[in-house]
Amino acid sequence: MTASATDHDAALFRYLLRLGDTSHVLCHRLGEWCGHGPIMEEDIALTNVALDLIGQARLFYQYAGEVEGKGRSEDELAFLRPERDFNNLLLVEQPNGDYAHTMARQFLFDAWNLLLFRGLAQSKDARIAEIAAKAVKEITYHRRHSSSWVIRMGDGTEVSRTRIVAAFEQLMGFTPEFFHMDDIDRQMAEAGIGPDLAALRDPWMADVEAVLAEATLDWPSATWSVMGGRHEGRHTEHLGHLLAEMQSTQRQYPGLNW
Amino acid sequence: MTAPRHTRPKPSGAALPDEIFAGFAGAPMQVQATPGPLTVERAQAVLATVPDPEIPSVMLPDLGVIRGVDVDGDAVTVRMSPTYTGCPATDLMQMMIREQLTAAGFATVTVDLVLSPAWSSDDITAEGRRKMAAAGIAPPAHRATDKRHLTGTTPDVACPHCGSMATEMTSAFGATACKALWRCTDCQEPFDYFKCI
Repeated sequence: MTASATDHDAALFRYLLRLGDTSHVLCHRLGEWCGHGPIMEEDIALTNVALDLIGQARLFYQYAGEVEGKGRSEDELAFLRPERDFNNLLLVEQPNGDYAHTMARQFLFDAWNLLLFRGLAQSKDARIAEIAAKAVKEITYHRRHSSSWVIRMGDGTEVSRTRIVAAFEQLMGFTPEFFHMDDIDRQMAEAGIGPDLAALRDPWMADVEAVLAEATLDWPSATWSVMGGRHEGRHTEHLGHLLAEMQSTQRQYPGLNW
Repeated sequence: MTAPRHTRPKPSGAALPDEIFAGFAGAPMQVQATPGPLTVERAQAVLATVPDPEIPSVMLPDLGVIRGVDVDGDAVTVRMSPTYTGCPATDLMQMMIREQLTAAGFATVTVDLVLSPAWSSDDITAEGRRKMAAAGIAPPAHRATDKRHLTGTTPDVACPHCGSMATEMTSAFGATACKALWRCTDCQEPFDYFKCI
C-alpha cells in the first residue's frame, strides 16, 4: 500500500467514526425516553428514530472496522473506545431535558443530517453512497416529525412556546460545529467522499428559518458557540456519563454477545 | 338495534392462513430434505415459504427484499435487502433463510445483505399488498415517488377492515419501523399502515 493510500484510509476511518458516533450517541439519548415519552405515540416515535440511527451507526462502524484493518468489530468501536476518542457532534450528547428540548435538538440535527446524507448519497465511495441513499429516506421522515413538533410547540400554548424558545436558546450555540471543517473533512470533500460541510450552512439556515417562521418563532438571540467534539474528541461533561452507562455491559462482560 | 360500536369488525383475512406459522419454532418444516435437484427454482420455492417475522402472512419475496438467488452445486447464495437500516427483523430473516434452505438440502447457504438499490415500499408485490390487507394492515397508499409523499402530504388510506376512506393518522410511527398508526372514523377501528418509503 502506498503512503497516500494509507493516509487516505486513516482519514476515511476517522470520518466514518464521526458519522457513526454522532448517530450512535443521539440514538442513545432518544433511547433514554423509552418508557418516559409524554404520550405513547411519541415514546414509539423516538425509539423508532433511534432504531434508524443505530442501524446507520452499525453500518458506519462495520465499514470503519474494515478500513482500519485491525479486526475491530462494530461492538469494539462502539463500546470500548474512551470519551476522548469519540467524535460525535456536541449537540447530540446534550441531555434530553423536556420534550421541547429534545425536539429542538432533533430538528436542528435532522435538518442538517438530511443535507449531509443527501451529499453522502453522491459519494464516490460506493459503500458510503449506498448507506446514505437508504438513510436519506429515513431521515426525511425524522425531519418531518421533528419539524412538526417545533411548529406545534412554537405556535402552541404559552407554556409550550416558552419551553421551545428556551430550548433553541440553549442549543443553537452547538450548531456551528455542523459546518466547521478540519483537514480530514477537507480531504474527504476533495476526494468526493463527503460534501463540503461549509456549503451546507445556507440551505440549513433557510430550512430552519422557514420552520421557525411557521412556528412564529424568531431566530435565537444567543450568540455564543462551542465545538470540538467532532474533530478533537473534546466533549461537554455529559458524554462521559452517557458512555459510562452505554458501555457498562460490554466493559463488565468483555466480548458479550446477544 | 344497531351493533354496539365496540364490536370488532372481522378483518377480511380473519381465518389465519397456515403459512402464518411457517418457519417458526415448533412449526412443521414445510420443506424437507427430500431428494431432488438443487436448482434456483427450488431455492426460490423455499424462500416463498419464509415469512416476514413481523407480518407473518407476508412472505419475503412478497415483501420485495429478495434481490437475487444463485445456485452453484449444493451451495446457494441469496441477496437480500433490509427494509429499514436498523430493522431488527433483518437478522432474523437471514437466520430463517439459512434454516429453511439448509433443511431443503443445500449444504452451504450464504445470505448477502445488499443496500443498493435501496429497498422501497414500491418493491412490495401485488400479492404482498393483498396479504397485508388481509392481515389488517393497510398497504402503502401510493408509490414512493408520488408527489404527496415527497411533499409530506398525508396520503388517502383505505381502512383494511371496512374499506372506508374516512381514516386519519394517529401516530407517524408504529409498532415496527415500517408502520404508522391510523384509525378509521367510520368503523372506529385502529389499524397499522405500512409506511410509504
